[in-house]
Amino acid sequence: MIDNRIPLIETVDLKKNFGKLEVLKGISEKIYKGEVVCIIGPSGGGKSTFLRCLNLLEVPTSGKVIFEGDELDEKKTDLNLHRQKIGMVFQQFNVFPHLKVIDNITIAPVKTKKYTKEQAEAKAKELLAQVGLSDKEQEYPRKLSGGQKQRLAIVRALAMEPDVMLFDEPTSALDPEMVKGVLEVIQKLAESGMTCVIVTHEMGFCRKVADRVLFIDDGVVAESGTPDELFDHPKNPRTQEFLSQVL
Amino acid sequence: MGKGIFEVLFEYWPIFLRGLAGTLEYSFIAVTLGSILGAVVAVIHLSKNKFVSFIASVYVNVLRGTPLLVQMYISYYFLPMAFPVLNKIDKIYFVMFALILNSSAYVAEIIRSGINAVDSGQTEAARSLGMTKGQTMLRIVLPQAIKNILPALGNEYIAMVKETSLAGTFMLYELMYTRTILANKYLVWQPQMIIAGIYLIVTLVLSFGVKKMEKRLSVSD
Repeated sequence: MIDNRIPLIETVDLKKNFGKLEVLKGISEKIYKGEVVCIIGPSGGGKSTFLRCLNLLEVPTSGKVIFEGDELDEKKTDLNLHRQKIGMVFQQFNVFPHLKVIDNITIAPVKTKKYTKEQAEAKAKELLAQVGLSDKEQEYPRKLSGGQKQRLAIVRALAMEPDVMLFDEPTSALDPEMVKGVLEVIQKLAESGMTCVIVTHEMGFCRKVADRVLFIDDGVVAESGTPDELFDHPKNPRTQEFLSQVL
Repeated sequence: MGKGIFEVLFEYWPIFLRGLAGTLEYSFIAVTLGSILGAVVAVIHLSKNKFVSFIASVYVNVLRGTPLLVQMYISYYFLPMAFPVLNKIDKIYFVMFALILNSSAYVAEIIRSGINAVDSGQTEAARSLGMTKGQTMLRIVLPQAIKNILPALGNEYIAMVKETSLAGTFMLYELMYTRTILANKYLVWQPQMIIAGIYLIVTLVLSFGVKKMEKRLSVSD
């Protein structure tokens, strides 16, 4: 259920420059607990940068990111503690090649002292079973396919029991036959009530899972609405043009 | 021509052995201490603070951009002159000092490029899980960087085995110094050939070791 009393994540006039290039030109958005938000838009429009600002992997040039009531960019905020509550999944998986599958999952919970090694391993096994990777537990990631790596990356983030999951084009680097399995895992997660922010080019998937869709173009949220509103009745000519190219 | 090579080797082998021991010892000390110092320099070099990073890059560039022999002369003659307190210290340490500093500059670059070669996505993934900078470096980046660093450190040791030959100029008992000893016995060309042979054997053996290590590291992913 979406709880829209207080936002889980709020951005206030978020701006980000890379040198002279203005990538984000002021985005103010609220994401509520339980909400599934998909972000679509043309490449280079700022979708990924916006997502990466939400856990401060990119430090905004100006504006605020407020997570669970705390402003993330303030000195007194313990960013590491907040990041433990914000799971992130990357386009390039970024699994740890030098660690076995199980250790990929347990390293963060153990090192951040969230769990003991035994607790973390029990939790990891449970999660691996859920995504069909139980038999890979003792393998190194190089033995996994792209789709398996991405499922491992999702499980690794879930092991920290985050309050929100950020997905940065999670299927863009996958072979076509691997996409479905990964999307199914994300869909299950979204349906279980996990708050998700998903940058994606998979329009069908977006339509299926999203409560709300943001169309980000040229550094601003050019249009937002429910999937039906945005896909069937886009108001902004830029949205119309984009959708006509991708659908 | 006088005596043959094998005759000289047979007669004076303890001298060559002692020289070889010195060479291996000095290069080991130089690379080991140089590695510790080099790791510190590398970390400083990787700092986000531009000024701090600049200081490390000056250090590296000066030491790599000037000949080791010059650095040895400066250390050996100039340091005690500038700081008379240092006169009490055995001169051998000034030569070692130059060797260690020189090695640290090369090692710093080895470590820095080894760390830089690890995909930045690894750091991002670790930080996004809430791991601290230190944990990320220690648990995620360094274990992957070590694969690039260890073989390169082995090569630095091989290079240092040859570089220490300059220490003989300052009367440190290493392989090249045996040449000076035996020259007093009117033996010139034989010791030189023997020394060249020993250097070649040692570096070939060490290179073989480094290659084996490289292979092993690439398997244990």
